[in-house]
Order: sequence, then structure tokens, then C-alpha cells
Amino acid sequence: MYSKYAFRAAATLSLLMTSSAFAETITIATVNNGDMIRMQGLTDDFTAKTGHDVEWVTLEENVLRQRVTTDITTNGGQFDIMTIGMYETPIWGKNGWLVPLNDLPADYDVDDILPAMRGGLSYDGTLYAAPFYGESSMIMYRTDLMEKAGLEMPEAPTWEFVANAARAMTDKDNEIYGICLRGKAGWGENMAFLTATSNAFGARWFDDNWTAQFDSKEWADTLNFYIDLMNDAGPPGASNNGFNENLSLFQQGKCGMWIDATVAASFVTNPDDSSVADKVDFALAPDTGLERRSNWLWAWALGIPAGTQKEGPAKEFIQWATSKDYIELVAENEGWANVPPGARTSLYENPNYQEVPFAEMTLKSIQSADPLNPTVEPVPYVGVQFVAIPEFAGIASQVGQEFSAALAGQQTAEEALEKAQALTTEEMEAAGY
Amino acid sequence: MARSITQRRKAINTAAAWAVGLLIFFPILWTILTSFKTEAQAINDPPLFLFFDWTLENYAVVQERSDYMRFLWNSIIVAGGSTILGIIIAVPAAWSMAFVPSNRTKDILLWMLSTKMLPAVGVLYPIYLIFIRLGLLDSRIGLVVVLMLINLPIIIWMLYTYFKEIPGEILEAARMDGATLKEEILYVLTPMAVPGIASTLLLNIILAWNEAFWTLNLTAAKAAPLTAFIASYSSPEGLFYAKLSAASTMAIAPILILGWFSQKQLVRGLTFGAVK
Repeated sequence: MYSKYAFRAAATLSLLMTSSAFAETITIATVNNGDMIRMQGLTDDFTAKTGHDVEWVTLEENVLRQRVTTDITTNGGQFDIMTIGMYETPIWGKNGWLVPLNDLPADYDVDDILPAMRGGLSYDGTLYAAPFYGESSMIMYRTDLMEKAGLEMPEAPTWEFVANAARAMTDKDNEIYGICLRGKAGWGENMAFLTATSNAFGARWFDDNWTAQFDSKEWADTLNFYIDLMNDAGPPGASNNGFNENLSLFQQGKCGMWIDATVAASFVTNPDDSSVADKVDFALAPDTGLERRSNWLWAWALGIPAGTQKEGPAKEFIQWATSKDYIELVAENEGWANVPPGARTSLYENPNYQEVPFAEMTLKSIQSADPLNPTVEPVPYVGVQFVAIPEFAGIASQVGQEFSAALAGQQTAEEALEKAQALTTEEMEAAGY
Repeated sequence: MARSITQRRKAINTAAAWAVGLLIFFPILWTILTSFKTEAQAINDPPLFLFFDWTLENYAVVQERSDYMRFLWNSIIVAGGSTILGIIIAVPAAWSMAFVPSNRTKDILLWMLSTKMLPAVGVLYPIYLIFIRLGLLDSRIGLVVVLMLINLPIIIWMLYTYFKEIPGEILEAARMDGATLKEEILYVLTPMAVPGIASTLLLNIILAWNEAFWTLNLTAAKAAPLTAFIASYSSPEGLFYAKLSAASTMAIAPILILGWFSQKQLVRGLTFGAVK
């Protein structure tokens, strides 16, 4: 009698277990970056291996951020996987909004993920999103213009060298500008660059008591140096330039140097789009001798919102998209220069990838950024070019506008810093820090 | 002499109108031209106007990557559905305000318009939570209702101004002939207000077609209309302006064609009541 019940129970259980392995359709929110587009094109491989279908929701970065934030804070359940960055992941992980990725199988080899990436995508030692690709920032420069200026770029230059070289390369009559840097306001635009740069000048956003530090000498040095350099050697209208605008200028041969995301290396060396593809080399982002460089650290990562009904298939997808096999798959289809960079150690040990011109400098840049110890003086926060607190995006956007206005000559650096100090203090007090 | 001045003025007016028209149309023209360039040509400095190697490559890429027809179909249903639903609700509302006004009618009209003054993002969370409860997220029905509610004040205002132009005596005559309220609205008022209703309809289809806050925030994969289609080609890290332009051209083409064929109706509707 009991055995009959036990048999029925076992049969029901096994049925339930098999039904959970049925093919599902998962919805993934992502951004329109080259590596993501390639991933969408290769989804058939995932479907063939697991039987699960994928529906893509591709949105512009800022729209995506608003869209997924609304969904995750309300437990809306619209997405089974979200493409998020290093800024959101620790905050959302802390709030319990993401499924922890602590049960990845052995063959996934989680220890192969670059330590800097793993650290930035974890909260309290638990990984909450798997890096799809990672980036830092570095100097991309024109070898011909550097030679013409009679200079030689060291692998790890100082800001002093970069500034001198920029001024020497500038030939405004022929529309050649020594250096192109971000000036467009935004927490992910000029503030990403300036926050990372300020680390090299010994500045920081907050001291250990969460007091804003824009009234410090280090911040004044950072901003004055940047504005003077851009006035002497930058392109006109630089306060409107973000990543895309500078990419366009560099590809047309108008920039001697450009300090920006390492992913740009594949664009500027692509002869189809870039008129200077064969005259580009790379160097680490500059420092001022204080043991912190001006490069940032970012990852586009895949995380699973805690409310999803399809956690199993979502995890299968993440394991597929961020695996070593996926990198091989992209290499087979699109070539080694197009594999998603900056996520796995093994990629940089691969002899095929070592032949890619920007591979080595990308890895060195990533390795030289430490989100846990980003500044010279101690800070209470995590993040190189951002502060991983929810208030940061709002505050930094406002500060970014002040700095952009200073670059445009609408106010002095001192006025901009004074306003930044006042508004940051006010916002932080209102937020209860 | 008088005639020559008039003709000269006419010529000046025509030239000025063309200049303003071209100025307004120029961004759209530039988008269309860019969609036929390669990515490198799209960012060329100085910009290339007409003399470049025209290519259809961007359209091919966009076609291959996205299911355009699904986005288009969603846009048609959402824009058409919300406008028709809005008209059905607005006609009786505008009728009562135009022909049987109360002391508060003006206040109600102003209050309705004041709902348009609130930034949409201010009510994003309440609406999102309601949609979760009702299971309306990423559904076309949900979008139809929201867009209808957003455009309803404009529809009622437009219809109200058209109805005010219609002499109340005609409706009274219909009533004396024994017409019921329904018959009065359906067979007497509506036919007379057809130009007004038609232009309201057209304007609201355009508004709903272009609406890019709610259509992006309340949809995911299934109900996303053409606004989401455009957003999927915008990238802060990569120069894809030619592809973005191709996607934009494909998204605005249907409404541009509709606007072109109905421009007489639109202009008539918009200037209706302006000159007495």
C-alpha cells in the first residue's frame, strides 16, 4: 500500500522535474554595443544546445538603465536576464534584487574570470552578475604624429609627458588636435573620465566620513590641468564631445591622442571605418607618480533579477554567453579581434589572441585598475570612475554639468568646484549620509 | 501697380514659406540621406550632401537583425486603437461640454489639460505597479489604454472647439423632430463634425505613433512598437549613425506617407475655427 503511494509520489516528482527542463523562452534586456549584437547573431547555438528560445530587447544605454531599474525595483518580472554594469551590480546585489551566481558548475571555471572584474561584480564576496565583456581605458595615439613631434611614447606615461606631447602635436591650422578627451556632461561621460583622472591626481569624491572633497587642492589641480590642456591642445567644442564624437574625430585623423575605453581599440584599428587604422598604438592611461593611474574599470555583465520565473534557463544562458566556449565560437565566426574582451584570464593566455594588437595593453589596463582601492587616500566606497552608491548617478550628472560648463568657458574651474561641493554636500545630507 | 506689389509679396511669401518648410524638414531629409551612406561616410567631415556612393546596405542589415513587421504591426494597433478608443469616449464628452455646459465646464476643461502638465516620469511607478497587478505589462491592450488616456484631453479639447462652431439650433431642430440623444450625436452632430473628427483622428495617430516614453517603459519583447525599434539602434559606444538613420527612416515612413496624403485634411482641421 505504502509502496504504491511512494511510487505515485516518485512518478509525480519525476514528472515535475522533467517539466522544469522543458524548453522555455527567456527575455533578455541588452544594449546596442557591437559585442552584444554579435551575441544576438549567435543565439541559435544556445537554442540548439539547450532547446530554449531567446527574445531580445535591445535599448539605448540610458533607456535600458531606466527600463531595467523600474522593472527590478517593482518586481515587474519583464526580463529573465538584464545587461547591467559594475555600478548597478553591487548595489542591486546588496538589496537582494539579483539571483546570486554562487552555484556555477566546475567546467564554467569561475576562477578564470579576471579578479578585477569578479571583485567589481560581487557584493560581500558573492558574484551577482557574470562579465560578458570588460573594459578599462587607455591612451590611443597616432604613431606618425608622435614621431613628427620628435617624441616617443613610453608604455606608462605621466600626465606631464602626455600634456607636453599633446601641445607639441597640435596643429590647429590643419585641424590636428593633440588630445581628445570627453567633455560632454553625464555621470557616464565626462565624470567617468574626470573621476578616474582625479584618482591619479590624488583626489577623491568623499573622505571616510562621506564628506565631499571638491574643495580639496587635488580636485582643483585635476580640473585646472584638464581645462588648460583642452584649451591648448583640444578640439573646438570639446564640451559637447563624448565617446562617439571623439571616436569620429580620431577616425578622421584629427586627434593625436585619445584617452578612452579600451573597446575603442577595435574601432580605430579597423581599416573599413578608420582612416588612421595603421598608424595607431596604445599606452597605459597616465599617472602623476602617485601609484594610481587615470584608467577606469567597467564591465557589461549579465545578471538575473530575483523575481524571474525562469531562473534555470536564465542561468544556462549566462553560462553559455560568458563561457570559454562562447569565445571560441565568436573567434570561429568573426575572428579573434572581435571576441568579447576583458572578462577571462584564459583569453589573454591564448596565443591566437596575443597576436591582436591591442590585447596586451587592454589586459594591463584592466589589471592596473583596482575598484576596491581606487584612490591614494582611503575612501569608504567601491568603484574607480564612480562611487557605488545609489545617489551617485544623480549627483555626478549635476557635477558633470558644472565641469562641462567650466570647460566651455562659461565659468572658472574654481566656481565649478564650489558649486560641485555645495550640491554634493546638500544631496548627501538629504540622503542621510 | 497694386497688382505688381501683390505679386511680389506673393513671391516673397512663397519663398519664405519654402524656406521655413525646408528648415523644418531638413533633419528628416538628413536622416533619410544618412541612411543611404556607409558608416564612414555618415561621419565624414565636411558632411556629404548628395554626392556619395548610395548604398542600401544599412536597410539590409536592419532587416536582417530586427523583425520590422512585428514592430510596425504593434505601432499600427497601438496608435490606431488608442485614437479610436479616445474618439469614442471624447465625442459624448465634448458634446455635453459644447451643448449642455454647466457652470464648471470651463474648469473641467482646464483641469483635464492640467494633467498634461505633469512630467510623465512622475507617474511612471504608480502606472507600472498598476500594470503589474493587472497583468498588462508588455501588452498592446495596456498601451492602447495608456496612450488613449494621455491623448484624451487633447482629443476632447479639439472636438470641443469644433462642436462649438456648430449651431445648437440644428441639434434643437433634430430633437424637435423626435431624435433621441444617440441619434442626435450619431446622425446629426457627427456627420457635420466629420472634418474636425478626421483631423483630430489624424493628429492623435501621429501623437500616439511618436510617443516614446510609455511605449518604451511599459513594453519588453511582445508589444514593443517602432519607438523601441529605433531605440535598439542607438548606441553611445559605437558609430552606427547610418544604421540608426535607416531604422528611423523605416519607422517614420508610414506616418510620413499618411501625413502627406492627408495634409489637406490636417491643415483644415488645425485651422478650423481660427478664422470666423
